[in-house]
Amino acid sequence: MLNFIDTVGEAVAGIKDGSTVMIGGFGNAGQPFELIDALMDCGAKDLTVVNNNAGQGDQGLALLIKEGRVRKMICSFPRQSDSWHFDAKYHAGEIELELVPQGNLAERIRAAGAGIGGFFTPTGYGTTLAEGKETRFLDGKWQVFETPIHADVALIKALKADGKGNLVYRKTARNFGPIMAAAAKNTIVQVSEIVPTGSLDPENVVTPGIYVNSVVRVDSAAALNGKVA
Amino acid sequence: MGTQTSIQTSEKPLGRDELAQLVARDIAPGSFVNLGIGQPTLVSNYLTEEQNITLHTENGMLGMGPAAEGDEIDGDLINAGKIPVTELPGASYFHHADSFAIMRGGHLDICVLGAFQVSATGDLANWHTGAPDAIPAVGGAMDLATGAKDVFVMMTLLTREGVSKLVEQCTYPLTGVGCVTRVYTDKAVFLTGPEGVTVRETFGCTFEEIQELVPLPLKAA
Repeated sequence: MLNFIDTVGEAVAGIKDGSTVMIGGFGNAGQPFELIDALMDCGAKDLTVVNNNAGQGDQGLALLIKEGRVRKMICSFPRQSDSWHFDAKYHAGEIELELVPQGNLAERIRAAGAGIGGFFTPTGYGTTLAEGKETRFLDGKWQVFETPIHADVALIKALKADGKGNLVYRKTARNFGPIMAAAAKNTIVQVSEIVPTGSLDPENVVTPGIYVNSVVRVDSAAALNGKVA
Repeated sequence: MGTQTSIQTSEKPLGRDELAQLVARDIAPGSFVNLGIGQPTLVSNYLTEEQNITLHTENGMLGMGPAAEGDEIDGDLINAGKIPVTELPGASYFHHADSFAIMRGGHLDICVLGAFQVSATGDLANWHTGAPDAIPAVGGAMDLATGAKDVFVMMTLLTREGVSKLVEQCTYPLTGVGCVTRVYTDKAVFLTGPEGVTVRETFGCTFEEIQELVPLPLKAA
């Protein structure tokens, strides 16, 4: 069931305490800042958040972490020059970290959306990040068993949606959007523009509307220009 | 060892830019290449149009152009180091799972990475010092190390304390096992593989001087 929703607040209102929330974006590109701010305002806590990073500066995911709403981060690169809120929580022992190589993170998210129960990958073999995991010698190399990452909710940002919820993205802001849309039970998308059904070339649709539950339009000028990395 | 000094190709050790220039020259025309964050990014400054190299960035793009300046800066167009970049004609965008399938699937010819240590058998350590209070962060380093057909490392040969980073066995946590094929340093270029480590050329010193610095048996090319 696809809903078009007027405000980001209404869009995230159903997110419950203890949810696993995927948040799109790589750095600031594709990060759905307005949906994250709304998640902050709605008060949901004890969250497990899946994102490539663990927040930057004093905005978006970093603030959610600062306010103690995130119980666990699943990410590939939490340590950045401006990840001070995560750093503080981590050193205080107030946040759990599951560190995943970036490609394994992407493929585990993809596997969840694709109904795959797990897969063997050479990435991470022989490293501390593969400790305790099943390994097999397959296709001429040692490989490590990895499991899917499912989510209750995905918050993502796209450029445009049509009336069927079909999405197109913009440049490297696409990043985790398509795979998170497929992996979550409830996918909430902020877009800069909602266009009439039939105006997106079907050949160019990146995320088919079947993966999308809610669409909310966020002022495109702010979304494009206000948050330059 | 009659040819002991003949592999010295420079009077002085190479600076960062000279080393980047050398790596750029060694990349075969038409290659698909990923340049890691930091020193490896300098290589892009020395790739020529005739080489027709396509750069991959793991956040989802092939055909990446130079860093963006002024009006070109677009928050939606960044590289893996989160620096604004440009797109070249023929560029393509794809999602993260496809981007890492490009790596893992062996479609990239070369990736160039920095390193803390490289072992005699090409093990790579470049993601974590193992210090107990350090927050671990891996990004795409393990995927790149495992996936590209050739993994080139760029680093200084010695630490600030004067200890060789080319070692018998890595003491830092590993990024990948037996993945490095070449090591470009300020003092020499090393080829690593199952037959051991070969010194291809030296800069500002002789093969014998390199052998004194590196605690494992070396062969001269």
